[in-house]
Amino acid sequence: MIDPFITSLTVFVLAVFVGYHVVWNVTPALHTPLMAVTNAISGIIVVGALLQVVDINGETLTLTSVLGAIGIFLASINIFGGFLVTQRMLDMFKKKKK
Amino acid sequence: MENISAILYLIAAVLFILALKGLSSPVSALRGNLYGMVGMLIAVVTTFLIMDKPVLALIGAAIAGGAVIGAWRAKTVQMTGMPELVAAMHSLVGLSAVLIAVAAIFHSGVEHTPVQKVELFIGAFIGAITFTASVVAFGKLSGKFGSKAVSFSGQHLLNLLLAIAMVGFGIVYFVSDSHAAFLAMVAVALVLGVTLIIPIGGADMPVVVSMLNSYSGWAAAGIGFTLNNPVLIIAGACVGSSGAILSYIMCKAMNRSIVSVLLGGFGAEPAAAAAGASGPKNYKSGSAEDAGFLMSNADSVIIVPGYGLAVSRAQHALQEFAELLHEAGVKVRYAIHPVAGRMPGHMNVLLAEAEVPYEQVQEMEEINSDFSNTDVVLVIGANDVVNPAAQKDKASPIYGMPILEAHKARTVIVVKRSMNAGYAGLDNELFYMDKTMMVFGDAKKVVEDLVKSVAH
Repeated sequence: MIDPFITSLTVFVLAVFVGYHVVWNVTPALHTPLMAVTNAISGIIVVGALLQVVDINGETLTLTSVLGAIGIFLASINIFGGFLVTQRMLDMFKKKKK
Repeated sequence: MENISAILYLIAAVLFILALKGLSSPVSALRGNLYGMVGMLIAVVTTFLIMDKPVLALIGAAIAGGAVIGAWRAKTVQMTGMPELVAAMHSLVGLSAVLIAVAAIFHSGVEHTPVQKVELFIGAFIGAITFTASVVAFGKLSGKFGSKAVSFSGQHLLNLLLAIAMVGFGIVYFVSDSHAAFLAMVAVALVLGVTLIIPIGGADMPVVVSMLNSYSGWAAAGIGFTLNNPVLIIAGACVGSSGAILSYIMCKAMNRSIVSVLLGGFGAEPAAAAAGASGPKNYKSGSAEDAGFLMSNADSVIIVPGYGLAVSRAQHALQEFAELLHEAGVKVRYAIHPVAGRMPGHMNVLLAEAEVPYEQVQEMEEINSDFSNTDVVLVIGANDVVNPAAQKDKASPIYGMPILEAHKARTVIVVKRSMNAGYAGLDNELFYMDKTMMVFGDAKKVVEDLVKSVAH
């Protein structure tokens, strides 16, 4: 039985390589949108926060769920803010492409 | 169910990678952004599928609140304010990583394995450093704190001691399972985030912002390890390597090593480097009309914009001027140095906002060989990025920094407030060349005069 950590590590190392190669292909003109969209993507941490906001032994308002909810709130700012501001910037680049 | 959710997470991860891949051109980028949104939606919905008794009211309120604030910021932020917005977002990722780790520690009924404890420790401390470091970076960028580097003796020793204390508390937590030790570890990491960033000067902020971009990704990946969640690990790793690449590109463009940026102090040194210049030197100055005349009679013009252009909000007027030249049959292009703005690619966004056509904007490597065949170069709000000393003067602190070779053009026009040195405190021999004409004044005023001079 492989330890889950090893599986995660495998995924992680491969993902670093994928990220490295994909990002080198990003045109320098779009480096600011790249940062904004990676901000949105790192909002994926919302998944970790969601998993904390659960009913624990009949209790819905625990330290865990409240901290988790704050985490969801913060990550949601990133997700919505990040994708929308990226959209706004990319629209500017597109506009002049008549 | 678990298999289905794993497949859905995989789809989300692939969509995130496609979102990044889309940014290889402006045409595919919009589609890429859409992929990213869909990926996020899939990841969130999938998480609900595997959750045991979610507290929907709390979750709904949190998402709605975040959505409103995020959308509002995205709509209202000024393009010059992008670096601050990005820094603020990094801090949010860092803080949520900390909150998730602490929430997991206090999650009653959940036993953490030794490996998970280490993962929680790593996720929490990277998150904590990212959080406070980004808050300081945000403050420096927005001018809320001074952008000056803060240095004092024993600084590096202090950081080392803090790092040792942080790891020490981590070990105590590992051995004893003490919540207090974990919180103490987080507290030390929060302080460390501040002390690591304060010695770095405002001029190095493009590197710092990129680096924190990277950290925020690693923090997300760290939490992914704790939860054994592949989509978090993949997305975090991609963001982490993206930020690392951007930091590398910025360091290279400024001819700085990442180590020297992190150790800090740059920008705090007095301008002793300028001492090499001896005695008063002669330069020619002219009016905006002279400059306008020269450019409207040229065959080709390259515009070199610097951040000073954006500060005086002259980019729209500049585009109007470029348009007029274009109509008069002059070939106009913009040359962008990687550090022209305050974050990677910043100047490109500022020009895009002013509706400068994408094809007219060229990167340093693309355009450098063309300067020698160009009639007029218009340098506006830029200084160090066109300083020939970077190529010729081995004693110069910027020696080796890649520059835009404006000095090779037939005529150079420099729009500048005064003869004062640039941020690096260096004199620029470009200003004293025979073929150079200085036009003094506020960038916006000068550009408006340029427009008037060629409009009739």
